[in-house]
Amino acid sequence: MLTIATGNKAVAAAVKAANPGVIAAYPITPQTEIVEQIADYVTDGELASRYIPVESEHSAMAACIGASAGGVRTFTATSSHGLLYMHEMVHWAAGARLPIVMANVNRALGPGWNTWAEHTDAFSQRDTGWLQVFVGTVQEAYDATLMAFKIAEDERVLLPVMVNLDGFTLSHIMQSLETAEIGDFLPPYHLPHAIDTENPCVYGPMTGPADYFRFRWDIERSMRDARGVIADVEREFAERFGRSYGPTEDYRCEDADVVVIAMGTLGKEAEVAVDRLRDEGIKAGSMRLRWFRPFPDLDLAGREVVVIDRDYSFGFGGVVAHSIRSKTGIEPYSVIAGLGGQEVTYNDIADFVRNRHPGEETWFGVSDHV
Amino acid sequence: MSGNRIAKLSLQPMTNINERSVSNLSAIPKEEYLYKCTSACAGCSSSLCLRYVLKAAGPDSVLVVPACCTSVIQGMYPGTAMNVPVYNIAFAAAAACASGMSEALAALGKETNVIVYAGDGGTVDIGIQALSGAFERGTNFLYICYDNEAYGNTGMQRSGSTPLGARTTTTPGGKPTAKKDLDRIVEAHNPPYMATACSAYPLDLYKKVKKALSIEGPKFIHILAPCPPGWRYPTEKTVEMGKLAVKTGTWILYEREFGKLAISGPSKAAMKKPAPLEDYIKGQGRFKNLSPEVFDEMRQQVEHNIQRLSREEAGVC
Amino acid sequence: MYEIRIHSRGGQGGVTAAKLLALAAFRDGKYATACPFYGAERRGAPVVSFVRIDDEPIKIYSQIHEPDLVIVLDTSIMDVVDVLQGLKDDGTVLLNSAHPLPGCNGTCRHVDLTGIALAENLVVAGSPILNTPVLGALAKMDIVTLPSVEKAIREMFADERNVKAAEAAYEELKV
Repeated sequence: MLTIATGNKAVAAAVKAANPGVIAAYPITPQTEIVEQIADYVTDGELASRYIPVESEHSAMAACIGASAGGVRTFTATSSHGLLYMHEMVHWAAGARLPIVMANVNRALGPGWNTWAEHTDAFSQRDTGWLQVFVGTVQEAYDATLMAFKIAEDERVLLPVMVNLDGFTLSHIMQSLETAEIGDFLPPYHLPHAIDTENPCVYGPMTGPADYFRFRWDIERSMRDARGVIADVEREFAERFGRSYGPTEDYRCEDADVVVIAMGTLGKEAEVAVDRLRDEGIKAGSMRLRWFRPFPDLDLAGREVVVIDRDYSFGFGGVVAHSIRSKTGIEPYSVIAGLGGQEVTYNDIADFVRNRHPGEETWFGVSDHV
Repeated sequence: MSGNRIAKLSLQPMTNINERSVSNLSAIPKEEYLYKCTSACAGCSSSLCLRYVLKAAGPDSVLVVPACCTSVIQGMYPGTAMNVPVYNIAFAAAAACASGMSEALAALGKETNVIVYAGDGGTVDIGIQALSGAFERGTNFLYICYDNEAYGNTGMQRSGSTPLGARTTTTPGGKPTAKKDLDRIVEAHNPPYMATACSAYPLDLYKKVKKALSIEGPKFIHILAPCPPGWRYPTEKTVEMGKLAVKTGTWILYEREFGKLAISGPSKAAMKKPAPLEDYIKGQGRFKNLSPEVFDEMRQQVEHNIQRLSREEAGVC
Repeated sequence: MYEIRIHSRGGQGGVTAAKLLALAAFRDGKYATACPFYGAERRGAPVVSFVRIDDEPIKIYSQIHEPDLVIVLDTSIMDVVDVLQGLKDDGTVLLNSAHPLPGCNGTCRHVDLTGIALAENLVVAGSPILNTPVLGALAKMDIVTLPSVEKAIREMFADERNVKAAEAAYEELKV
């Protein structure tokens, strides 16, 4: 069905299509519309999920862990401080190899209180063992959420997936949305190590260094296998529903001399900047980084790169810029922009490209070339 | 498939037990769900309690265990002393994890018992928010707090459940404040069933677990579990220490069904004529060098609790 | 691309008006986005919403700095907010007012949305509903079609008086 919806409503619609057995969530701006819509679906009988209105995000993830291990598909959604409050359980979910899907509506962290978009919340969970995808449109929020269940539940993966969408900028914008009759795209939930009283097992007991080390390697091995699973699922999704995605969304990159790398909505806005730059004769392209974990292999040989980070690792640099540098060996022009919802237009992005200084870092509007 | 799981010993068949027929220890089922190969300390009463809890619950049960002595007692990977599924979860998260598990199992049409087995630190301190949330939501589960009155598996640091005057590694001069009244906090959630128990009275515990699991909704059992290394008494005195706690009225055994109080048998006599508090205190190294003032305050608190519960049961509160 | 900025006060329906407008444009077969600029959510505070309408998919998420059209649902805002900021030279202003106001440059139109809402008794929690009648005025200005306006209103609201109010605004607005 074709309609228009916000990013939040698109996530809720995808969750409805995926029909989880249990949803446990705690409200936080700007994620609230997701849990409100899901509560409506459940109350109206449109969704048979058991909805657990937990008392905190820590408990939201703990309840998802219990439910997922109990043998049903699970979903939660959070944002910013909520994500950080559940941090301990975010690690636990991955370590317990549970295919939980979580929407994270990217938002800045206090103090001061700021409810606008920033990616630092998601990057703070970078090393937890979760797969992380960042979306750029309402349609993609829907599609990525649906695919997240299939990727997470694949026996080659069995790791949780976090779907990230920019707070307000995407969570609250209305765009066109085509919802799908998903048919058998999502197979019935099957967790090989689900709790079974006929085969009693102990989960997560005291574990010595040698065994613990092997379990960590198992996570990394699955994370590596996940690249292929993601490609398979995205290919099947394209065949069934006609919309294709990849580890990056490349726009006019083929002959580009300079490539802008950004994530989320800034990655879409960058495409408009690329069109303007091309009109001026600058051979620019845009590469919107979708998957952050597992981090994709990028082909940027022979190009200049401008990275826009909507995040920062204090005392070090932009997280994406550093990732590009360490993965490709290219010294990008690192632009820190959009923190706490700072307004960044396509004109600004075009200026980043025009005034680029490879190897340097700029805090947009605050500090030049440091 | 990888992940932290352990293939387990096969289940033993279960005999059907008629609850009413259980009037002495010999009538409790012989099946074991906690084997003798635990990693418990010598004289550990919380593992004794777990043995009887599982005998009452039977094999169609899942245990949710936050960080506590039972994290250790169950054994180290790849070995285990457990013969029911055990889900280990982070310190603050047991009640919330059980909420999710209970809903998932219900969604699958299963009637499996979901039982949290948590220490006092994970209950009265770091886990109390999750506990309160799960009870407010009406989660169908049994939450058991076995209370050794300190953080036991990390070497006896004080918890909110440590009693007044008790020495722990973080209250070397004796705890200056009273034990948090967990039961009145839980009671404020109006659960359909709650009870207290003590490791020295396994039959009483067995019956209470049986009754709790026959009721729908959030149930709570608070077990006093004396701890030889923590309380500093000889291991062979574990049962005696529990009996003294009850006989002196320091620990009162009771049940509340839908709020209605019923004092349990062993405490009825004790409350009428409590043994001297000194009998309980003097055998425990943690109360060594207790000042007369603190002892007097403890005695008054015991008397107050006895009077409060006696009056309530008599309907004169 | 046609870019619209809507000024209102929290609770007056500016955000919903933006959503309705985007939906109506979408029903016209266009691409549209509607995005409120959120601060703290409080009643009575000045609120801005943005709508973009185009024949191509819209990739811009930043705010609208040079609108083609400015809509003012509450003219008292003009005392505290420069509603004309960045308005294109050939831009248009639509005011919720029974009378023309001095100081409006470019093409300035007005229609008494409050009066229309009150006439239909469209009042919620003591406030007249402005977000459905304004859609009728926008149809008269050829930004969206009247059938799509009616369709959009019916998709979001069950009360048929909303459609009647939009039709009344369509009739009343002078172009």
